Amino acid sequence: MDFTKLFELVVSSALINNFVFTMFLGLCIFFGVSKKMETAVGMSITFLMVMVVSAALSWVVYQFIMVPLDLTFLKIIIFIGVVAAFVQSADTIMKKVSPSLYYKLGVYLALITTNCIIIAVPLKNAGEHYNFFESIAFALGSGIGFGLALIIMASIREKLEVADVPAPFRGLPISFIIAGLIALAFTGFSGLITL
Amino acid sequence: MSLKPKSNWELIKNGMFGENTIFRMAISLCPSIAVTNGMKNGVSLGVAVVFVQTMVNATVSLIRNFIHPKIRIPIFMLIIAGYVTIIDLLMATYARPVYKEIGLYIQIIVAFASIFARAEVFANKNKLWPSICDGFGMGLGFLLAMIVISFFRELLGKGELFGYSLISGNPLLIMILPAGGFLAVGLLMGFFNWVDMKFFGGKGASGV
Repeated sequence: MDFTKLFELVVSSALINNFVFTMFLGLCIFFGVSKKMETAVGMSITFLMVMVVSAALSWVVYQFIMVPLDLTFLKIIIFIGVVAAFVQSADTIMKKVSPSLYYKLGVYLALITTNCIIIAVPLKNAGEHYNFFESIAFALGSGIGFGLALIIMASIREKLEVADVPAPFRGLPISFIIAGLIALAFTGFSGLITL
Repeated sequence: MSLKPKSNWELIKNGMFGENTIFRMAISLCPSIAVTNGMKNGVSLGVAVVFVQTMVNATVSLIRNFIHPKIRIPIFMLIIAGYVTIIDLLMATYARPVYKEIGLYIQIIVAFASIFARAEVFANKNKLWPSICDGFGMGLGFLLAMIVISFFRELLGKGELFGYSLISGNPLLIMILPAGGFLAVGLLMGFFNWVDMKFFGGKGASGV
């Protein structure tokens, strides 16, 4: 196993090919929960965990069920099913096993199925023919990248509350422009690693 | 929203302007930035969404009386995923060059909040024909937003439309860079809010 390659994969999916700023996925959640720092942190943690587990599950399903049975053309339906089933069961288990954790993170869990990154990562893993560890590294990097974006955005938007923004731009439009400026900064990472 | 049932034309208009997915409701934002760096990509994805949205609404409306309310969410998911698979395979076969660029985003339609929301809010409670109109209008609204955004981005970023060169000289490269997508959507959204406030006395869509 090649650890350098795995490390490069994590860094590149977190910084260079950041899902939010260069691939534009997960924007609904990105703008939806980046209003407060606390919710942003909660969402990032939940998302990272779900991301890694569901990528691993999807990989197993893809390699051991879909490829042998020639079902790869059904990958969209099957992956969304795997993710939804996992989120639903995680929700139920967490409620039973650790109510305090559920109280803190349960809300975000329900929101996660509407996040396009969660379905994009298994699709990309399958498309790029990553092996099991590469899939997990890719999911981990994507989760870190999403959390990073969310936390940067939340810290700026908290300051924005007291800023004097022109009326038509209040709320979402100004957030978009801020995201544009952050994205511009993130282009500075390109070329850091060439895979 | 009034309780009086709207005519079919009003439903289409509502989807296109009143509740425009991107500029008003601010959902399904991902593709509005990802694939709007050129008219061709934007229009292709828009058309795909019109198809999926209309068909999903029609299907959900037809079988709404047979679905147990408790399992409706997975059922809707499966219906949406089925139509997305159809359009995905169709585009992969007949529109190869476009598919190479936007294939991932076609597959991502499955996680679109707007399609799921209309199935849940509208098609689940209404008859077939109004549901089709609602879905079609919503899809058209999305297509319209995609056209507007990609029009500005391609024209300013490359000086081209559909790949035909229109403006000579140095284009604003930033508009076709990823960052330009955010800027374009932010500025357009602010502009529409301004128009709404100035001429129609609205409060503007504060969004999220």
